[in-house]
Amino acid sequence: MGEAIAFYVIAALILGFAVLVVSTKNTVHAVLFLVLNFLAVAALYVLLTAQFLAVIQVLVYAGGIVVLYLFVVMLVNLKRPPEDHSAPQRHPWVGFALSGVVLAQLAAILLFGGFGAATDSSVAQNSDLALNNVERIGMLLYTDYLIPFEVASMLLLVAMVGAIILAKREL
Amino acid sequence: MITPTHYMLLSAALFMIGVAGVLLRRNIIVIFMSIELILNAVNINLVAFSYQLQNGIGQVFAIFVIAVAAAEAAVGLGIILAFYRNKETVNIDEMNLMRW
Repeated sequence: MGEAIAFYVIAALILGFAVLVVSTKNTVHAVLFLVLNFLAVAALYVLLTAQFLAVIQVLVYAGGIVVLYLFVVMLVNLKRPPEDHSAPQRHPWVGFALSGVVLAQLAAILLFGGFGAATDSSVAQNSDLALNNVERIGMLLYTDYLIPFEVASMLLLVAMVGAIILAKREL
Repeated sequence: MITPTHYMLLSAALFMIGVAGVLLRRNIIVIFMSIELILNAVNINLVAFSYQLQNGIGQVFAIFVIAVAAAEAAVGLGIILAFYRNKETVNIDEMNLMRW
């Protein structure tokens, strides 16, 4: 029961802040709503007993990526609101209709697809994955997924070099 | 009782809000934030199934998704800055340099 209430509250927060992110005119406000959205997703991870991922979500998304966005919004001086100029061939209702139709399709698949029953939450909260979360994730990362882990570090290095080169005025 | 279907419906809704943001908005910074919403929707699915199956691999993949999202944000925002320096705009309708 408590799990259900927590889930519905967090789900409402996630979806509400997501709608605000895409609908707010002011870009700075959109970035701040994005922080709140990420924090609500981190709360959902705690509900799913993924504590390590919740901490990563707060540190990397709410702490790192959002600050990057704020810097770009600050550097890009929006004297002329970007929504002023609009191409004549754009029809907003097409985007609404497309996303509504695809959401209906996904919901139909999920509701009638017969996915598994719920895990017993009292068992799941006391399982090894919940109690030794960091240990289990670290073990997987450094044994079975060692090569993807190293490739991810290479990817981050390449992205860092690429971002510096792109942002430099002249090489 | 919260089943995996609930989490997948939440994830699908968040995903489609992100897609609607990409389709409807013209400010490229907002479009990038919508892409972050889409990646978060994927992560919710992965973690929900990790919980359902009591298997840590879903959370490991969510960590990889976060790493890729960080790389994407850094490079994408670099491209936005480089473009803004040349064209003084963040409107995607005016970003048509490479359109035939």
